[in-house]
Amino acid sequence: MLSKKQARAFFLGGTTVTFLIFIGLTIFSFSKEQDQSNYEAITDQVVRGKTLWEKNNCMGCHTLLGEGAYYAPELTKVIDRRGENYIKAVLMNPVPWQPNDRKMVAYGFSEQEADDLIAFFDWIDDIDLNGFDRIVSPLAKDKINN
Amino acid sequence: MKYKSQKVAYWFFALSMLLLVLQITYGFIMGFARIGMDGMHDFIPFNTARAVHTNLLVVWLLSGFMGAAYYIIPEEAQRELVSVKLAYVQLISLALVGVTAIVGYHFNYWEGRKFLEIPRPLDYLVVLNVLLFLGLILVTLFKGKRKTTTALVLSMGLLFAALLYLPGMLPFDSQVMDSFFRWWVVHLWVEGVWELIMGGILSFLLIKLTGVDREVIEKWLYVIVGITFLSGVLGTGHHYYYIGVNKIWLIVGGIFSALEPLAFMAMALFAVNMYRKGEKKHPNTLALYWTLGSAIISFVGAGLLGFAHTLPQTNLYTHGTLVTAMHAHLAFWGAYAMIVLAIISYSLPNLTGRKLYESPRGLAAFWLANIGMVGMTIAFGVAGVVQVYLERRLGMEFMEVQKEISIHFVVLILCATIFTTGIILYIIDFYKYGKPSDEALEQSAE
Repeated sequence: MLSKKQARAFFLGGTTVTFLIFIGLTIFSFSKEQDQSNYEAITDQVVRGKTLWEKNNCMGCHTLLGEGAYYAPELTKVIDRRGENYIKAVLMNPVPWQPNDRKMVAYGFSEQEADDLIAFFDWIDDIDLNGFDRIVSPLAKDKINN
Repeated sequence: MKYKSQKVAYWFFALSMLLLVLQITYGFIMGFARIGMDGMHDFIPFNTARAVHTNLLVVWLLSGFMGAAYYIIPEEAQRELVSVKLAYVQLISLALVGVTAIVGYHFNYWEGRKFLEIPRPLDYLVVLNVLLFLGLILVTLFKGKRKTTTALVLSMGLLFAALLYLPGMLPFDSQVMDSFFRWWVVHLWVEGVWELIMGGILSFLLIKLTGVDREVIEKWLYVIVGITFLSGVLGTGHHYYYIGVNKIWLIVGGIFSALEPLAFMAMALFAVNMYRKGEKKHPNTLALYWTLGSAIISFVGAGLLGFAHTLPQTNLYTHGTLVTAMHAHLAFWGAYAMIVLAIISYSLPNLTGRKLYESPRGLAAFWLANIGMVGMTIAFGVAGVVQVYLERRLGMEFMEVQKEISIHFVVLILCATIFTTGIILYIIDFYKYGKPSDEALEQSAE
């Protein structure tokens, strides 16, 4: 029968080994050759867009890369679906945007801020998501099928 | 209770109860918003309510874990806490940082990173607070007469939880990397080190409630936390399938996530078997209900419902839908909320000297809260599955689908009302116990 000492060795050994593998895989994932996110394409404008995304907790309603709060639409591939002008209109609107009765906070962004956010979405759209982009965006799916 | 300084735990538990009520309130705000009743939108928009709801969960559970540690460590180490005064300083500063963060969320003062919305300057205060807490616990343990496995596992869990908070503070330009390291905190907390804390508390409660030999319980504790880490660390991969990193995570995450339910199954079997094996019948049956309930519900909520959507083939469709909310509610309830309620139920009679073991109200609280939460989980589940089908298979518009599923949120609110009734009864019981008293020293039925 298993002794307490063996049980402890199993715990400590298992944890150490899996954690080392985990670190190894993390380093591998972010090596240059494995990059799927077009890291090099991140411009200052994209970073400004990301900052706005975070400062206003957009993820508190929307999802992006499938992560967020499921209260408002997924924004991966949103430019494909809606076009830049529509998105800009929503972002710069001084009164709450209210499609189908669900309200969005009226951020009233400046034109430059709206452009920054669009640059951020544009960068997101080019990430290789292992097939998820086709599922969240019927348009993207059509494009691939045709 | 055996040591005067254990009384400090009571105030951490009281803070937990207060924050739990607030958390539920914000949950209702979100539930009503989802059925179109969003009259609060101008003051508390959904993203504020959501950040408050999830952050309050984290803070009340942490406060509960800290209370549990202040109760358990002196008893396990067989000495008083090194400083009661500093423990109170820690309590007050925890409450202040928490309240500042929550108030800030109403004024757009946050970081907008799911679950880790606390802004950076407050992060540093959190770190200071947790360091003070760890200092108190570890020094007490170090100076103590004995160092038990239960105390070590609990302390290790708390220490790693603190260390793992740090990757969440790293700044990144890339959303992908941001997400990646955010899960180091969130996943490795809830599917890793928090399980150490849960395991530690569970094993303390089982030792006290069942009378089974400590050596036996602690041996299995090692096995369980071993399986937890073996599966949970690489299981982090299930968050990496579709966020823009290498496909290797589909394989690694898929395999190791499939093993994650084993840890929870082991925990449930362990608790039930120890209960059956135990010859001692502790009079505190309520504590036993919560303890066994926690082990069983966490297996269903975290283990089974988690597995329901962690296979990459399934997750491709469920990623970013209400299916996640279904799993999250029962998982957090079973694994963490219930274990905190269990240690509170166990320790209150010992802290206050009032042995209200046979409280019908306490029993009603247990059943109503659990029935309500299972109902909520089902409501989220149905809404989630319908959402996946309509949106991801049939390609319907997001908001059209939301209208179709809004009826399930009416059910959700009804079930949440049952749940809340249970919690209110629990808190009435908490209040009826009164404050901790020195007269309760030494008279605890161990």
